[in-house]
Amino acid sequence: MCALLLAAAGQHVYTNADVENGARLYSASCATCHGPRGDTVRGVALFGGSFRRATTDDEVARIILSGIPGTSMPPNKYSEAEAGMIVAYLRGAARGGVTATTGDAARGRAIFGGKGRCTTCHNETSRMAPPLDDVGAVRRPLEIEQALVDPSADIHYDYRFVRAVTKNGETFTGRLLNQSTFSIQILDSREQLRSLDKADVKEFTIKTTSEMPSYRGVLETQEIADLVTYLVTLRGRR
Amino acid sequence: MKAARLALLLACVLSASAAAQVTFDRLLHTNAEPGNWLTYSGNLESHRHSLLTQVTPANVKNLDLQWVFQALSLEKFEATPLALDGVLYTVQPPNDVVAIDGATGRTYWTYSYKPSPLTRPCCGRVNRGLAILGDTLFMGTIDGRMVALDAKSGRELWNVSVDGARTEAGYNFTVAPLVVKNTIIVGSAGGEFGIRGFIAGFEPATGKEKWRFYTIPGKGEPGNNTWGKDSWMRGGAAVWVTGSYDPELNLTYWGTGNPGPDWNGDDRAGDNLYSDSVVALDPDTGKIKWHFQFTPHDEFDYDSTQVPVLADIQWQGRPRKVMLWANRNGLWYVLDRATGEFLSGKPYTKVTWTSGLDAKGRPQNQVTPTAEGLVVYPHLAGGTNWYSPSYSPRTGLFYVSTWQDGHATFAKGPVEFVEGRPFIGTFPTGTTLSINGTQVNRRMPVEGHGAILALDPKTGEKRWEFTMSDITDAGVLSTASDLVFSGGREGFFFALDAKTGALLWKAPVAGIVQAAPMSYAIRGRQYIAIAAGNSLYAYALR
Repeated sequence: MCALLLAAAGQHVYTNADVENGARLYSASCATCHGPRGDTVRGVALFGGSFRRATTDDEVARIILSGIPGTSMPPNKYSEAEAGMIVAYLRGAARGGVTATTGDAARGRAIFGGKGRCTTCHNETSRMAPPLDDVGAVRRPLEIEQALVDPSADIHYDYRFVRAVTKNGETFTGRLLNQSTFSIQILDSREQLRSLDKADVKEFTIKTTSEMPSYRGVLETQEIADLVTYLVTLRGRR
Repeated sequence: MKAARLALLLACVLSASAAAQVTFDRLLHTNAEPGNWLTYSGNLESHRHSLLTQVTPANVKNLDLQWVFQALSLEKFEATPLALDGVLYTVQPPNDVVAIDGATGRTYWTYSYKPSPLTRPCCGRVNRGLAILGDTLFMGTIDGRMVALDAKSGRELWNVSVDGARTEAGYNFTVAPLVVKNTIIVGSAGGEFGIRGFIAGFEPATGKEKWRFYTIPGKGEPGNNTWGKDSWMRGGAAVWVTGSYDPELNLTYWGTGNPGPDWNGDDRAGDNLYSDSVVALDPDTGKIKWHFQFTPHDEFDYDSTQVPVLADIQWQGRPRKVMLWANRNGLWYVLDRATGEFLSGKPYTKVTWTSGLDAKGRPQNQVTPTAEGLVVYPHLAGGTNWYSPSYSPRTGLFYVSTWQDGHATFAKGPVEFVEGRPFIGTFPTGTTLSINGTQVNRRMPVEGHGAILALDPKTGEKRWEFTMSDITDAGVLSTASDLVFSGGREGFFFALDAKTGALLWKAPVAGIVQAAPMSYAIRGRQYIAIAAGNSLYAYALR
């Protein structure tokens, strides 16, 4: 099976072997700085499907080969074909590969806004749940399914919720945005940005369960497949 | 009368010139001039301990920023400046050298160096600093060359290639050189590219190589049989942190890096000497006197590229010349530095790759990565790494930046050697790092954090811990007024009480601290300098 990718100008068609080879090259080189998920360099999400300094596959490959002068991104000694394989891997990971989804996207869309009540939190204005407009580009179908049936299994670090109680008895809950040895930054339940001095905090807990309910037993198996199939179609404005 | 005046004038000129010249005797006696900082670690014993005492636990809260030097570079700023008679000499990454007025931060001169675009650093085009002898500054470059500059003008005196250090094959120099007598010593980085690591001594006047010690023995040399097949030819054991020197024993000590490929040792059966070791060399010949290997047949990237800290302590009731070493493998060691004898070794962070050390310091029941992946503590970046520790002869404590509870999943995957390419195996997954000051919300506390530890060499015990939310790559400075300075990835520079670890002062530095602090004095005023983010900051009492 081919992982068919855009074949527009500067874009290429890659085979699954390319993606696998690219994964190996990525792991042996790029992951040193970019991490296994491509997100450890500030402001760079390699598997997000878009790049700040490149649009086409050829442009991404050129950066892999030549580096970015004035930054820590070094040139790399690969052939153009190998650079292309790394691009194939980055693109393939962004698109979650081509995994068959067995549901019906139209039915899934109806569940998303109806029975599933997903839009209660995942809507255009809420800041307490991740926007899903590009979830199909950044997550594999299997990951989406897991998030629906077992949302606490892998909570995205940007959506970890905390509870902090200050010494004068005030309680704050909300999303953990940042912290240091001396302070904590959260988006509280009223969607206010707050910074708490750790010296004033007597209790601080990072929740290990997701705020999202599990859909196991709430939706039928086919309904979950429909929802996954719909979510996979959401690829943002890329 | 005229002749007497001339003689006086001549004496003044001579003494001024003698004061400016950094003889090796001055490097041996840095205690006599605590206002200067003449080597990477402050003295040849690598204590990173300042004898200046103007800043104290009582007044440290009055430290004020005096100036900031902003580097014209976005690369990691890891250098420790040298300080000589009020002038700071440091390296703006990758390899520009700058002379800065230590009182105002104004630049005297800049030497610009453009490294070859073919260079292949594993982890950024970094440089950790300079060495000085006479009026000459010495630097190793990221593209495998050695450079000497006139300290007064920045004029290039020589710029030489180093035999075999081909930058396109992965060789580079990131270490601050060490001056021992009339020899400039450096080691080669590149351990992720299948190089064969070495330490070499150079003539100060010409850059001519005087001797070389390969950190992997060649065919027929003792230790070569600790490498399966022909793996010794590309086994790494790079050197990228400055060594130390004991003048009484006439030995120079250097830590060596991981064997390559990092995470798959199948093709390099054996202990892989002298990777992950400390080697004691004769500085006149480069001949090895003894070695101690911390992690035989390493498959976790536990480089022993730490600064060898030399201390003279009472060991079990009698004075002993020891070496203190918190290793990347999560254990901290006390060795006899005359013989390399193992004296003690204890974990300072969670360690699961070995069940412990035997009486000779050899790890027992070492684990090996599996195809499906094995969770191992500490993290591949280690319990500590290249970050400079400090030793205070006053408190008798050893201070070190550490990562607590970090771990990674190591999977053994296929690996192929191609010159100039990373030769490492499958990159492990694990504790989510905060690189370049990323927000600290990615990692649960149980997944690891940074801490400065004070360790007691006599008992092996931890005396205190200063716990941070984020991990740290910052070095540590202690002072004779019982202060400890350090920082971390959170972007603070801070002072702790050397006896208790209590936080006494902190300042935001708007970037992660991945260099080590140093201290100097100008006209009776003590300064403390630290590189953070892309800038060098200098503090003094207001």
